[in-house]
Amino acid sequence: MSSHPFSSFAREFKGEPADLIPVLQRVQAVEGYLTQDSVRRISRWLRISENEIFGVATFFAQFRFTRPGEHCLKVCLGTACHVKGGEQILDVLTRRLEVQPGEATADGKYQLERVACLGCCALAPVVALDEKIYGQTSVLRIHGILEERQNRERA
Amino acid sequence: MRGLEAHRSRATQAWGELQSNARPLIYVGAGSCGLAAGAAEVLEAIEGHLAEKKYAADILKVGCIGPCYLEPLVDVQMPGNPRISYSNVTPVLARGLLDSFFEGEEIPRRRLVGHFGQDGFQGAPKFFDHPMLARQVRVVLRNCGIIDPDNVDHYLARDGYKALEKCLSLPWRDVLEIVKNSGLRGRGGAGFPTWRKWLVCRETESDRRCLICNADEGDPGAFMNRSLIEGDPHAVLEGMLIAAYTIGAGDGTIYIRAEYPLAIKRLRTAIARMRELGLLGDRILGSDFSFDLKIKEGAGAFVCGEETALIASIEGRRGMPRTRPPFPAVEGLWGKPTIINNVETLGSIPQIVRNGAEWFSQYGTETSKGTKTFSLVGKVRRTGLIEVPLGTTLRTVIFDVGGGLAKGFKAVQTGGPSGGCLGEEFLDSPIDYEALAAAGSIMGSGGIIVLDKNTCIVDTAKYFLNFTQAESCGKCVPCRVGTRHLVAILERISKGKGEISDLARLEQLSRAIKGGSLCGLGQTAPNPVLTALKYFRGEFLAHIVEKRCPAAVCRDLVVYRIIKEKCTGCQRCVQVCPTGAITGPRAEAHNLDMAKCIKCRSCYEICRFDAVAGDAIVIEPGA
Repeated sequence: MSSHPFSSFAREFKGEPADLIPVLQRVQAVEGYLTQDSVRRISRWLRISENEIFGVATFFAQFRFTRPGEHCLKVCLGTACHVKGGEQILDVLTRRLEVQPGEATADGKYQLERVACLGCCALAPVVALDEKIYGQTSVLRIHGILEERQNRERA
Repeated sequence: MRGLEAHRSRATQAWGELQSNARPLIYVGAGSCGLAAGAAEVLEAIEGHLAEKKYAADILKVGCIGPCYLEPLVDVQMPGNPRISYSNVTPVLARGLLDSFFEGEEIPRRRLVGHFGQDGFQGAPKFFDHPMLARQVRVVLRNCGIIDPDNVDHYLARDGYKALEKCLSLPWRDVLEIVKNSGLRGRGGAGFPTWRKWLVCRETESDRRCLICNADEGDPGAFMNRSLIEGDPHAVLEGMLIAAYTIGAGDGTIYIRAEYPLAIKRLRTAIARMRELGLLGDRILGSDFSFDLKIKEGAGAFVCGEETALIASIEGRRGMPRTRPPFPAVEGLWGKPTIINNVETLGSIPQIVRNGAEWFSQYGTETSKGTKTFSLVGKVRRTGLIEVPLGTTLRTVIFDVGGGLAKGFKAVQTGGPSGGCLGEEFLDSPIDYEALAAAGSIMGSGGIIVLDKNTCIVDTAKYFLNFTQAESCGKCVPCRVGTRHLVAILERISKGKGEISDLARLEQLSRAIKGGSLCGLGQTAPNPVLTALKYFRGEFLAHIVEKRCPAAVCRDLVVYRIIKEKCTGCQRCVQVCPTGAITGPRAEAHNLDMAKCIKCRSCYEICRFDAVAGDAIVIEPGA
């Protein structure tokens, strides 16, 4: 038998259909997103049709089917962030980065995402850049956050 | 029974030494909210400064103690002093604090919140006398902000796992009796009596039963469960063990949002410690009870908070609800009897067992017993995580605990997307399951979002419907299609293109969705619209008839204007305007061309906070 399609982490799973969602999460963590090819390989491994896999994967907000940007910029649009102007922060970023939520910038640097709630409502409006969460942002402060990051990368 | 005595006595001794002030101790609030406010940088500064100045001190990273608006919180406990808390600490301030404590005589006063001692201390107030904390009763949150959540010894030293030990020596019926007498009802929102659900599950014949902890905290604007897991994971895990023992479950699952990485990390650490202590696996603590658990990360679907949808997603399928009965307590995960309890429900259990049912039920009202955690957010002055006895009035929570609003109160939103907006006339009604339901809202998992005069009710209703519309799983037509139409009508109204007949249409459609949907999502989705229409009809009419948004929020209606008399011509707004809508030479009042304006708010904010004049740009209701 040829080597396992996911030899690096196959042993973490039993390889049964119930593993589907955790496997999709693992594949996405390693490969960044779900490709046609990876879905095909999962299908053969877990013995679930590709159709069914796409059915499950498209149901959940977490799964992506296009290559994400290098850094993920999440704008929180939970209730608290909404009433404090989160929507307008998203607008500013859509214009500045020239992308729609769910897309990556042309240079592949940033992925813009809208999220339902990051759970830091007391610090609304909140924006997360990769793992770092910024509280009490504004349509103006958001530029500073991006510029600070760019300067740090240049340095 | 092989107990934890030896380990606990070591842990108690170590905790006692830590608290006895032999060495200076520094507490840093390092929950997600603290980190968002900059606790990581502060921690780095403290560590660096301690090393540089050769100050000897221990650092304790604790969870969230509640007043998020004061984050980052840093507390210093010097030998001979009680723990003293400081708010909104920056790296610079942190270094200064350390210098004052290690070299000064008097305690620093700047940003002082209070001390944790019993008696007065150098004239400083007590921490728990702080207006945000004074009215609170910390039952579930007792350890949050007090212990290091990654250190099981701290939990053990504070009577952790004693409730489990007690339960293991009792027959399951006795444990159930305690939970029954406590009056505990599900904290996820529906408020079903916990004991009754457990009994149904236990009495269903089966070779296997399952326990699921629902940590898929999906309500936007709610973060109680995240804070509890981040601040005191073992409380929830001990609750799971007790629940599993009572219902006779052999395996457990914690279903948690992937958006909560820190909480997941804390759980993983806690579970590893439990294994070392023999609190998981075969014959726990030498008893006949065996139990093991694993973590499942939710993949992002609000509907998975619904029990049968959650089960479907654990089984690897699309998270769609099914008809009930059979209820999961009879036929759940893999067809086996399954109990799904909310994080807070489980987190309350150890305290109930340890202190007795009567102790717990002394708090609350006739039908809603105990305390409840809430995330108090929105336009209130003091935002954060709170815990109050059920039956406390909304007024107490918003004005005493939350310190009121900077601008006038308009409404309070409870229950997230399934709840409603309640106006001033409900401020004196108690927060309990029945009273909120009677008003057309629900208790929900505990989000309390305060709205002021600058929040538009139409916009808020539209926001929630947009959310439920996107999260509807699509199984029931009234929910899938109906919510889309609700959004479309609200969209129209917020653009000033609504008709009077739209209001009746909204109500009719809402009733159809409520009646024709299988699960809680659809049955409650119209609540935000219905309560808004019932209590704030005038605001809908203003949008429809007068074509204006009284709160100056709805973008298609509002108008931006420069007050010529106030404008000093500092040009800050000209610089930030992305479309070149603002023009004018320096030192002369500027002009705003509404034809070019995209209402991005940048000029408004820069004028507000950063310009010479301040508040020379206003947003008006329109028409």
